[in-house]
Amino acid sequence: MHLEYHVVGRDFQAAGGAAAKIKRTLRQIGIDAETARRVGIVAYEAEMNIVIHAYRGTVGIDILPERVNIYADDEGPGISDIALAMQVGYSTAPEDIREMGFGAGLGLPNMKRYSDELEVESQVGSGTSIRAVINLPTKEGS
Amino acid sequence: MQLRDVARILEAEVLTCEDKLDLTVEAGCGCDLISDMLAFTKERMIVLTGLVSPQIIRAAEMVDLVAVVFVRGKRPTPDIIELSNELGLPIMCTHYPLYESAGLLFTAGLPGWRHWPRAVGGAKDAP
Repeated sequence: MHLEYHVVGRDFQAAGGAAAKIKRTLRQIGIDAETARRVGIVAYEAEMNIVIHAYRGTVGIDILPERVNIYADDEGPGISDIALAMQVGYSTAPEDIREMGFGAGLGLPNMKRYSDELEVESQVGSGTSIRAVINLPTKEGS
Repeated sequence: MQLRDVARILEAEVLTCEDKLDLTVEAGCGCDLISDMLAFTKERMIVLTGLVSPQIIRAAEMVDLVAVVFVRGKRPTPDIIELSNELGLPIMCTHYPLYESAGLLFTAGLPGWRHWPRAVGGAKDAP
């Protein structure tokens, strides 16, 4: 199953809606609560990164028998130093965004924390692509 | 403790889902940053916050929170109440500030992330 949503930069009214739909769909098709929670958090952080930093983008997932692939692609300023952006507490969010409760410097670290694999590619002046993988629990529950 | 105990201890006004006050709460977290909330909360927890934003409710949905408590007399806007009703998420507001709200609940036996057995293993990098 494939889901994809368009995300508009600085649209804080709709922000978080794509991740919410993704999480609800996972629960509806019987994915366990813990996996749905992890996918939801990664998708939410990816969506908010686009809303906060980019002009526009897409967030989507592919549900496979053994895992969920999450992707987020945006047109935006890109990230000049990905290693720095992965550091807890580092944020380039402007002041008006921080006042809304964002800019903790935990966006990418949270994505890494809740996914089994995470890849971030970015070109300054062009945009950023994120690929995350969350493995589904095995039948033994491990 | 139950959600109704949280409301009683904090002298809080319940704004949505009064029918869910018998839900069990196992731990609490106080935070004003969305990503902190995503990093350090799980299901069966409540969040105390001074941040009045619909994004608190969106994030609460992502982590399956039991409820959100707005502190220091802050009142959520109608769009926040509407979204919470839609999601079936109990929200309440208390006149106590964040520090005192957390202290009252902690003293009454509601642990934070570090003292919550279910968070062990995930607590190594807790704030």
